[in-house]
Amino acid sequence: MSAELKTPAVPNPPSAGDERLTRPAVEPAGRLPLKAVVRNLNFYYGTVHALKNINLDIADKRVTALIGPSGCGKTTYLRCFNRMHDLYALNRYEGEILLQPDGLNIIGPKIDPIEVRMRISMVFQKPNPFPKSIYENVAYGLRVRGVRRKSQIDEKVEQALQGAALWDEVKDRLHELAFNLSGGQQQRMCIARALATDPEILLFDEPTSALDPIATARIEELVHELKERVTIIIVTHNMQQAARVSDYTAFMYLGEVVEFGDTNQIFTNPAKKQTEDYITGRYG
Amino acid sequence: MEDIKRLIAKHKFYDGIFAVVGLIGLFVGLVTLTALILDLAVDGVPRLSWQFFTEFPSRFADQAGILSAWVGTTLVMIVTASAAVPLGVAAGVYLEEYAPKNWFTVLIEINIANLAAVPSIVYGLMALGLFVYQFGFGQSILTAGLTLALLILPMVIIATRESIRSIPSPIREASYALGATKWQTVRDHVLPYSTGGILTGVIIALSRAIGESAPLITIGALTFIAFLPAPPLSAEPPFVSFQWLMDPFTVMPIQMFNWVSRPQAEFHLNAAAAGLVLLMMTLVMNGIAIYIRYRFRKRIKW
Repeated sequence: MSAELKTPAVPNPPSAGDERLTRPAVEPAGRLPLKAVVRNLNFYYGTVHALKNINLDIADKRVTALIGPSGCGKTTYLRCFNRMHDLYALNRYEGEILLQPDGLNIIGPKIDPIEVRMRISMVFQKPNPFPKSIYENVAYGLRVRGVRRKSQIDEKVEQALQGAALWDEVKDRLHELAFNLSGGQQQRMCIARALATDPEILLFDEPTSALDPIATARIEELVHELKERVTIIIVTHNMQQAARVSDYTAFMYLGEVVEFGDTNQIFTNPAKKQTEDYITGRYG
Repeated sequence: MEDIKRLIAKHKFYDGIFAVVGLIGLFVGLVTLTALILDLAVDGVPRLSWQFFTEFPSRFADQAGILSAWVGTTLVMIVTASAAVPLGVAAGVYLEEYAPKNWFTVLIEINIANLAAVPSIVYGLMALGLFVYQFGFGQSILTAGLTLALLILPMVIIATRESIRSIPSPIREASYALGATKWQTVRDHVLPYSTGGILTGVIIALSRAIGESAPLITIGALTFIAFLPAPPLSAEPPFVSFQWLMDPFTVMPIQMFNWVSRPQAEFHLNAAAAGLVLLMMTLVMNGIAIYIRYRFRKRIKW
């Protein structure tokens, strides 16, 4: 097995699946538009080379799933999109992630991470509500942006909670502490918190790993609904989940993209043996 | 079978021995403390009366009171808290949230830990040179308050950092992920969630400061004083006065020291009574610290 794994991975732009994905964003009409063009992305934790030459483009208003064994770099890749790595010392990016349509280089050294985070929201692995009321949790992104008008905040909070399919459950107790919600509700509240600021991309980092199957099903349903409005990238350990919710799937291994393509194709007819082995549970 | 039983019996024997040793240790500590407090109470309680709190010190032991001492202690504590809390919290937040982690900040960290262990009289000497002579604050409440503030500053910084560190990083990440700046994160999350821990640390630091006498004697606190500092509020404009900051003062421990060092036994009873009052002040402060911790912990679960 190991010998096989050491063979250099596919030349990265994964032409295997959906050929349109590998094209730059400025494309003639009729092609699937891209939300982010990723070119030769490398990432280092100090001296550890965690992401190697990644060219994995993100389709607009679609769900892209990242799968792979623990430590393969999928979360690292996800956290590049909102510059979370900037919070810790010695992390370094190379390459480009060009946000479309304006071409902002998300990881450009001169780009303020705050500008990036204003446009791209994230939902974390474990629900992480602030020890404040449900209302204040969802409103926080707006407060950060300097929104003061109460009517405007009220409206956005309601919209966001509705978007996260939580409004009916919490509308009568918006001012209660968010800790009083169940785990699944907390996670949907975190989704509402991320939605309230109308992000262009929503990042999900294993959003259901701390939840029971029913709460998981609700979140998956939600992801399905949300892609009408927002581009979604989701990291998951659960391959059925990737198959259920995503349009495109990338299989990563040891910091590289092994295969990337249409979810159907990846799961039914993978081009690489490594992908097939992982999907069928032979390693990982 | 028999072997196992014997082995267990042997282990249980050692278990028992340690329990006994621990109990003796606890007992010795508790009995000594109780005896000390009882002794203080037996001597002091008869002297406690309304008049004891409202009278200035006197040549006559039965007429002497602690008015100037408790007022002095209160005012010095106010100055100490208003200087040490903002400085200490700001320094703690800076070190924890803003400062890059490198050899220089590590050096600062080690030095702060060391400063917390410097004997208080050293602070007194430094304050005598700096505040009294260099800045010309004189032997005043301001000097005393600032001296004690320096003394507890490391404790406040350490308490702030510990408290901030107990906030899980996903909470910070959630704030940053929404586009918050460092200051927004500190103001809206880090400080509110660590207030309980910071206040607890501050009060424990203050209850150390309240018992200090050595540094205050060094800067020249009076041991006998029969007038109060200028009042902070007045009927005529500008209504608020800070003259009291520059006034001479005494504090409880120094008043006690003064009485103990007199030959007459009656004054020793006064000292015991003042000791009881000081003990009460400290207990109340610790009680407040415990209450605050309870209140803040109740709201936050992680």
